[in-house]
Amino acid sequence: MASRDDIKFLSNPKIGNQRKKYCRFKKYGIKYIDYKDPDFLMQFVNEQGKILPRRITGNSLKYQRKMASAIKRARHLAMLPYVTDLLK
Amino acid sequence: MRNYEVTFIVDPVLSGDEIKATAQTYVDQLTSHGATIVHKDEMGLRQLAYPINKRTSGVYYCIEVQVPNGEFVEKIELAMRRDDRVMRFLCFNLNKYGVKYNEDKRAGKIGKRKPKSEAEGDSKSPKGVTKTLGKPKKSVVKNEAIKVQAKISESKSTIAPVAVADEEE
Repeated sequence: MASRDDIKFLSNPKIGNQRKKYCRFKKYGIKYIDYKDPDFLMQFVNEQGKILPRRITGNSLKYQRKMASAIKRARHLAMLPYVTDLLK
Repeated sequence: MRNYEVTFIVDPVLSGDEIKATAQTYVDQLTSHGATIVHKDEMGLRQLAYPINKRTSGVYYCIEVQVPNGEFVEKIELAMRRDDRVMRFLCFNLNKYGVKYNEDKRAGKIGKRKPKSEAEGDSKSPKGVTKTLGKPKKSVVKNEAIKVQAKISESKSTIAPVAVADEEE
């Protein structure tokens, strides 16, 4: 793979690079994700109730896993559905 | 000393007294096993996300206990499995961050979290922020968090990526 400096573009390479993705749990120092809070967990779930991938949510691996297990617990306790339509 | 959290759902078709009695039996069982009850949360009647045993709502109870060891878990779970009135249950160990979170929540330091962060807000210390209390090692994070605290509530977030961005609330 050529390094970034070697590649030259005809147009501005900065186009499309708008948002810096970061892990919100690391940034705000959140250490525990409560499974009993479905409103918070809904942010990480798509309209079908599926868990969003890390590249979309921007979470670090550690918190993505914690969040996934919180969502799974919430699903077990019927606070979130396993599969549905038009969740949001 | 370990902290466990026991959450269970009671059948809603029972009479109010029976529901309370069911919850009380488990509380008594817990104390008889030597657990000190830190908190008992009756979350009350809630809609279930999917029908369980053909019922669409249930009465939620959440009990946080402190025990010297984890022996009671098997017995409580067995009792809940046998009991017809309990539809679902979940017992697990809380790590120290979870304990801290629960304490803060009871003290009211964690407010309602609105779906979109990064905007003007008047609710105090929403969920996204107070966690820094537990870990003072990064004071920078804390200061940033306090500034952001005022902003984390209602409106559109730029943190939330495109796929999630279109929430109504």
